[in-house]
Amino acid sequence: MIRFLLGRLGESALAVLGVVTIVFIVTRLLGDPAILMLPVGATPEQLASFRAELGIDRPLVVQYADFLWNAVRGDFGRSFQHNRPAIEVVAERMPATLELASSAIALGLLIGGGAGMIAAMNRGTALEVFVMLLALLGQATPVFWLGLMLILFFAVDLGWFPTGGAGTFWHLALPALTLATFTSASIARLLRSSVIDVLREDYVRTARAKGLLPRTVMVWHIARNALIPVATMVGILAGELLGGSVITETVFAWPGVGRVIIQAIEVKDFPVVQAGIMMIAVTFVSINFLVDLLYGVLDPRIRLR
Amino acid sequence: MSGILDVSGLTVRFDTPAGTVHAVNDVSYSLADGETLGVVGESGSGKSVHVLAMLGLIARPPGRIAGGSVTFGGRDLLTLSEAELRDVRGGQIGFVFQDPMTSLNPVLTVGRQIAEPVIRHRGLSPRQAWQRAAELLDLVGIADPERRLRQYPHQFSGGMRQRVMIAIAVACNPKLLIADEPTTALDVTVQAQILGLVRDLKARMGMSVIWITHDMGVVAGLADTVQVMYGGRIVERGPVRAIFKDPRNAYTWGLLRALPDHGQRVQRRLHQIEGQPPDLYAPPKGDPFAPRNPFATPRCFEQIPPLVPAAGAVPGHLVAAWYDLPRLLAQRGDAR
Repeated sequence: MIRFLLGRLGESALAVLGVVTIVFIVTRLLGDPAILMLPVGATPEQLASFRAELGIDRPLVVQYADFLWNAVRGDFGRSFQHNRPAIEVVAERMPATLELASSAIALGLLIGGGAGMIAAMNRGTALEVFVMLLALLGQATPVFWLGLMLILFFAVDLGWFPTGGAGTFWHLALPALTLATFTSASIARLLRSSVIDVLREDYVRTARAKGLLPRTVMVWHIARNALIPVATMVGILAGELLGGSVITETVFAWPGVGRVIIQAIEVKDFPVVQAGIMMIAVTFVSINFLVDLLYGVLDPRIRLR
Repeated sequence: MSGILDVSGLTVRFDTPAGTVHAVNDVSYSLADGETLGVVGESGSGKSVHVLAMLGLIARPPGRIAGGSVTFGGRDLLTLSEAELRDVRGGQIGFVFQDPMTSLNPVLTVGRQIAEPVIRHRGLSPRQAWQRAAELLDLVGIADPERRLRQYPHQFSGGMRQRVMIAIAVACNPKLLIADEPTTALDVTVQAQILGLVRDLKARMGMSVIWITHDMGVVAGLADTVQVMYGGRIVERGPVRAIFKDPRNAYTWGLLRALPDHGQRVQRRLHQIEGQPPDLYAPPKGDPFAPRNPFATPRCFEQIPPLVPAAGAVPGHLVAAWYDLPRLLAQRGDAR
């Protein structure tokens, strides 16, 4: 178990290092910040002194080491726009992003879990076909379009929910529902096929041959095994939600990390972009580390290997 | 004749898109208290399906019981509700399945899987059931039961897992143990150990046993009575010695000739039964074995032979055949 943990921890650290490196390289490819940031007509001396000030006149290796060290300390420089440490600007948006992502996942597990189970237990019926068509539709609907339609219908026409912003449950409802459409559809489809696979397993027949109650068979012999792949799926979905909720956050004016990154890109506030990407990457890696731990709990074959 | 299990006219069908599978056809037999019955047949002979069906363990649909009755403990199992059947399964009838590698739940401890039926049928508390599980592991010959109970199936070898399956099956002192090819997936040495274990448990617990297998050799060492199935029908049935010494159905005779004979000095080529198993979607109107039977008579292709006492054989020796096998063998000078 300890070796399993250490191994996963090492992999997570490597993944974060990879992201830091990519962020470093991409920022260097964006062009000379001195030319981008100083007014047109700046003298070569002014440009050179600005480069020296940013430290980008030093060898790349030195810059990389410096960048790494600063990243470890959470220092991505000061935001040009807000004139505060970039990490602060991003960090204060993190709770909103997490709130939205976790709501979408919780809803997804609830709706998708239920739908997947119902579909699997009613194989070959019209109900299964209906649920699966709905899931396919949910997975295929573009998030931005769904968001806009929900706003048009529930916020503009009916006036039941606010059109954007955050703060109350009412603000959360529409964006969470938008994202949950995708998550529940994915979970429903995976869980259905997973349950159908497990139903064919010999140990389910054994459980029935023991005369166990249907409830016991369902929970401990079917669901317990069918949920293992769903745990992996939730990790992947969490990643997609953290990075991919940029669109939903923009549509609903949700004050999350995704939106702050988009705003920063528009005004070329690179420290904030870097800090934002790092924040999402670290959260994604941490969640997947947790999922791996959960996987170990769910499946003893992995834990004890 | 009345025993602990009376099967009468059991018929099982599977309705598939390709047509109806005639899996079990009019099977009748009786199992006496404490008797060990070996049911022998090839894949598709109905040997496994007929026991799974009587306990509601086939998928319905596509499976369907098209007729018959199965009396166990004074009740017809086929008329019981699913809830009533659940009380019978695992409580009064224990099951051991073919593949011990896949028959145990990989994510639950072995102790829990043994305790489950005890809690369910005996109403013990989880703690008492765990205690009982430890006794059961010891009973099936697994050392250090306290530690082993907390382990998972993947930490056990195939033979050990089959012992665990047996512990589960006998956990509630069933009157009947049904073993569906329990040694097929195991090494020969382990197979012998499992056979010994079941013989021992049967003697200690006084159960009746139905042992389903395709291996005549296994049956010889274990069964009191042998029942040979082909194409979903019983083609021959009788005391184990009678079946081995004096087979009356050509299929039984073929199975016996396919056994290697260890006592024989001169090596002979092992016999094989030519041809394919019958098409269960469209069973022939006559004896299903007729197309593969070198002794088949014209009548074999026309009419299904009934299972009747074999002429001049020991009591209880039944055969379904239109031909007189001993006479035909004598004519060929090929008596076994």
